[in-house]
Amino acid sequence: MTSAYIIGVGNTAFGRHEGQQALDLMAHAALNAVADAELRCRDIDGVLCGYATTLPHLMLSTLFCERLGLSPTYGHSVQLGGATGCAMLMLASKLVRSGVCRNVLVVAGENRATGQSRDASIQTLAQVGDPEYEIPNGASVPAYYALMASRYMYETGTTESDLAELAVLMRRHAACHPDAHLRTPITCDDVLASKPVATPLKLFDCCPISDGASALIVSSEANDRPRILIRGAGQAHQHQHLTAMPSVLDCGAAAAAQRAFDDAGLSIGDIDLLAIYDSFTITLAMLLEEIGFAPRGGAAQRVRNGDFRHDGVLPLNTHGGLLSFGHCGVAGGMAHAVEAVRQLSGRADERQVAKATHAFVHADGGVMSSHVSLILSREGEV
Amino acid sequence: MTRSDLWQTRGNVFTDGLAKGVLRYQWCVDCGASLTLTRYACTRCGSQSLEWRDAAGTGTVYARTLVSRPPSDEFRALVPYLLVLVDLDEGPRIMAHGAPALKIGDRVCARIQQVAGSPLPVVYPRRNNDVKDTNTGEAK
Repeated sequence: MTSAYIIGVGNTAFGRHEGQQALDLMAHAALNAVADAELRCRDIDGVLCGYATTLPHLMLSTLFCERLGLSPTYGHSVQLGGATGCAMLMLASKLVRSGVCRNVLVVAGENRATGQSRDASIQTLAQVGDPEYEIPNGASVPAYYALMASRYMYETGTTESDLAELAVLMRRHAACHPDAHLRTPITCDDVLASKPVATPLKLFDCCPISDGASALIVSSEANDRPRILIRGAGQAHQHQHLTAMPSVLDCGAAAAAQRAFDDAGLSIGDIDLLAIYDSFTITLAMLLEEIGFAPRGGAAQRVRNGDFRHDGVLPLNTHGGLLSFGHCGVAGGMAHAVEAVRQLSGRADERQVAKATHAFVHADGGVMSSHVSLILSREGEV
Repeated sequence: MTRSDLWQTRGNVFTDGLAKGVLRYQWCVDCGASLTLTRYACTRCGSQSLEWRDAAGTGTVYARTLVSRPPSDEFRALVPYLLVLVDLDEGPRIMAHGAPALKIGDRVCARIQQVAGSPLPVVYPRRNNDVKDTNTGEAK
């Protein structure tokens, strides 16, 4: 079976793009990725497209292809909340390895910040809750994560100061990326003093709502640059609703990760770069700890040790993550993969880490509901 | 209530129960499991022989959050309000409102009350509180 390589990446800056529509942003990122891959649009024979809450079209991929002049032999949209991007990359890998496609464009973007009111966005997102048991209570996505956080802190001893460390680290990393939404440095005290949203989460524990887009090209043929392989992938789907998650210590992240490691023939000790979903500080703490990149309740200590910095032993979200690079829906989760590819191929400019051979990329959708793990490797070494 | 098949789980049996002042949950006739949320099949054994039962309303707080940022206008007047997840003594977990002083591990009893215009479960501390663990789950 052939391999699947990521041969091009592209993104818009994240933040506010007044007047830009979802398709505009998607086209921008897609054309950047096609150019980065040194392909022409007619070389694209597969298109996987995320959803956009500001453009709830029945056939977003076809609409996008028409606008961009693409005529793929395979194409559709995918919906899996925050895990959509990783799920599309996993599918693109399967399409390429099975010979269905040669060059798959994976793209998503939306004007989530400027295309709707903040209230509309919060209300749209709250609908991932159960319509009978959860939503009528006046629950929101931050409230679901806050409830989960309260229990996780109770069981592991994690404190609000611990969570703040993760927010500060993401802001520090975003300051090194010209495309990041939030680049003003913050301290732990700033996080702790920020506006209450839903205890224990404050404003700076929550990602911003951004405009933006991301795109990647998955191909059966590598190009001249370092060859970045989708080496392994795995999923887990154990619940949809927070109420139905039996334990905060087993949300499905570890199960998805183990499937990806088995698929790749690698183990957790082989990983030297992390790109992990961080919609809230608690999201990042729980994923790091359940997967095993930190002991239970120990993610903050690794931050304090400097382990997750650009110059640390296990750099984490070197672009600033959803918490500071920004969150525009599907493309927000894809930005982690885009950054991992840039790091693995030695193209991360001033953010470049010293050693990046095997990157672990992970995203969750819903309330830690659907999990997709990817292992991206630079081929030809180790 | 009577045994249900797939068709009898249509509609909003739980919500209809709240309107009648009753907290309902599904129970598996084949294996005796109590189910969280509404299901077509038992989460333990897969059986589709489920029946609706009425819960006593007693339980233990599993998680809590004091919400300051409401998702809609109906709830804006209530902020800050406490949301809890409660493990009912019969087994199912539900979301409910509660008094802000409630902590994880507290024993509670649910009543169905009007909240923001809808009947919702609201939990209160039980008088004979048998809580052993008083950890709040939050750093002070």
